[in-house]
Amino acid sequence: MKRVSLVFTLALAAGLSTNAATAQTLKTVKDRGLLSCGVSQGLPGFSSPDDKGNWTGIDVDVCRAVATAIFDDPTKVKFVPLSAKDRFTALQSGEIDVLSRNTTWTLSRDTSLGANFTGVTYYDGQGFLVKKSLKVNSALELNSASVCVQTGTTTEQNLADYFKGNNMKYEVIAFGTADETVKAYESGRCDVFTSDVSQLYAERLKLSNPADHAVLPEVISKEPLGPMVRHGDDQWFDLVKWTLFAMVDAEELGVTQKNVGEMAKSDKPELKRAFGTDGNLGEQLGLTKDWFSRIVKAVGNYGESFDRNVGSGSKLGIARGLNQLWSKGGIQYAPPIR
Amino acid sequence: MSIEARPPPPQFAARLQRALGGRAGWSGFVVQILFVAALVWIFYEIVANARTNLENQHITAGFGFLKNTAGFDVSQSLVPYSGSDTYTRVFLVGLLNTLLVSLIGIFFATLIGFLVALGRLSPNWLLSRISGGYVELVRNLPLLFQILFWYLAVLAALPGPRQSISLFSSFFLSNRGLIIPKPIGNPAFEPFVMAVAVAIAAAFLLWRYARRQLFQSGKLITIWPYVLGLLVGLPLVTALVFGAPVRFEFPELKGFNFAGGSRVIPEFVALTLALSTYTAAFIAEIVRAGILSVHKGQMEAGASLGLARGSVLRLIVIPQALRVILPPLTNQYLNLTKNSSLAVAIGYPDLVSVFAGTTLSQTGQAIEIIGITMGVYLLISLVTSAVMSFYGWRLGRSLEG
Repeated sequence: MKRVSLVFTLALAAGLSTNAATAQTLKTVKDRGLLSCGVSQGLPGFSSPDDKGNWTGIDVDVCRAVATAIFDDPTKVKFVPLSAKDRFTALQSGEIDVLSRNTTWTLSRDTSLGANFTGVTYYDGQGFLVKKSLKVNSALELNSASVCVQTGTTTEQNLADYFKGNNMKYEVIAFGTADETVKAYESGRCDVFTSDVSQLYAERLKLSNPADHAVLPEVISKEPLGPMVRHGDDQWFDLVKWTLFAMVDAEELGVTQKNVGEMAKSDKPELKRAFGTDGNLGEQLGLTKDWFSRIVKAVGNYGESFDRNVGSGSKLGIARGLNQLWSKGGIQYAPPIR
Repeated sequence: MSIEARPPPPQFAARLQRALGGRAGWSGFVVQILFVAALVWIFYEIVANARTNLENQHITAGFGFLKNTAGFDVSQSLVPYSGSDTYTRVFLVGLLNTLLVSLIGIFFATLIGFLVALGRLSPNWLLSRISGGYVELVRNLPLLFQILFWYLAVLAALPGPRQSISLFSSFFLSNRGLIIPKPIGNPAFEPFVMAVAVAIAAAFLLWRYARRQLFQSGKLITIWPYVLGLLVGLPLVTALVFGAPVRFEFPELKGFNFAGGSRVIPEFVALTLALSTYTAAFIAEIVRAGILSVHKGQMEAGASLGLARGSVLRLIVIPQALRVILPPLTNQYLNLTKNSSLAVAIGYPDLVSVFAGTTLSQTGQAIEIIGITMGVYLLISLVTSAVMSFYGWRLGRSLEG
């Protein structure tokens, strides 16, 4: 890991690809014929390779949607697995075009990294996973506990804030990767494993006996997870931002992977605008008129992607909750395509 | 007819020419200047280029972040530290943790290394085979694997804190580490420390006196009873006069963990064990080579003087072997220090883990942080080399003198 960050750092220092990075990401991607997308090193539901080596997950779908919008081919993506601490350097150095790796949107990350968040793929919050045998029912009972955490995440700071705020003592053991963290938790080195709640559910599946572990009810932070692009290329920023919005709008408009063919023929004005039969909104983004139907055909709408990867249709079985559409009681909301 | 004395060659100019230009003379000097200039230029270009790129991309640069609040906690710290301290403090905490594990690792690696080397050279068949087996096994397995082995296979197999293995109800061993009673200084602590210091100084002077007597008049003075009396007696007297120097805070099981007492975390133990046993295997081979490089006749000469095997080794063989041992031994010390950066795999908060890891990803200032970290490792290595060179120089002088 150290070596990887060193390579990125040197690339950054030498400015190998930084000039290309400042303006013409779309052109670079088209010339290359591939989208380079930074993902996690394996987080079920968000980005993980299956037994055939295909990447799946909600973060992966965002990258596939961007690739489809550009190339009309969801397979034209090179996935670059990154550890939490290497991810920003990889984006800054131009190694990747989009970072779609369960990354929390914070003010300092938005301003000081030379990168911008394009939206929120998943509204998450930090929680705690404990062994049921400890008979703990609330995070407030965790005084004096040993806590395992992955280094280089917002989790580490939230943890410090939470225990300090509640006048509780704890011992923190921070590991480089999620796998090492979970292994230490499982071996009994820590009483608690803390991370974003979605990640806790995902990692729990990897434990030898998932039923022995429970996620505590407290959610101690706001963790809006979203894709990131480099600062300074507004066209690329818009493109990635509206790809995600297109998925959310598709759900709201009732367009699904199955009915996309029929819906394209509809003469409802908002559908005509989205499908490009009226106006040239896709071209304004630097894409083609059929960008919207391409995206929905390839990865489905936001709700479909959610259900398939983390929701009821997946092993994780996480409820929509905050990630439900605004019109159905959640806070997922996309500006109109017009 | 008289012979004109030849004027002496221009000593200073010639020497300067040789020093700067080597055999090539002044033209060599020019080449060197050009080379240095090229290096400076390349370095300048890298810095300037990085700076412009960072500015163009609106990435924060500079060292201002060192004054910001870190906001995260660390499991082991030699100086007082909390989440509300700055990144500078985090740097210090990480650096001290790296130095701690390196120094203790170097100490044990040297000790085990020498013992294994002597074992391997021993006429005892079993001992030499066991030592040989140790070297071959340990030096041929990857270090990261050994660290994970100690951490996940050995230490994690210890029972949880509630089922700890306890000794006299005051020492507890569990998968949370080794918990021992914590000494707390009483008012009598200062006189006690002073007494110990005085005792050590007096013992040292005594030893110097005995040594001089031995060298000057061949008189062998037995000093150890006096030394023992000094080292035990003096502190004991002060303790009797001023009262007990320390009291102990005993660990107690409270909630999930022990409260009170001092704790050695398992990450530290695993890392120290792995680093010292691994490096010891290499040191053992270096020491063995050094000892074998001393001529057999030296040993026989020592034996014929009536010295025991141990004394022959200590007084005759090892001082000569050290000249061969020292340079590669320095390499091993440097390796151990640098290998300690593998700590992040098991969550030991060393410099790479807390500074080049957490701090880097929180601030995103990769160039500055990687730069500082590389500089620190370079500095540690240079200081280690300098100390070892100094020792080698003194050793060489004493062998010649």
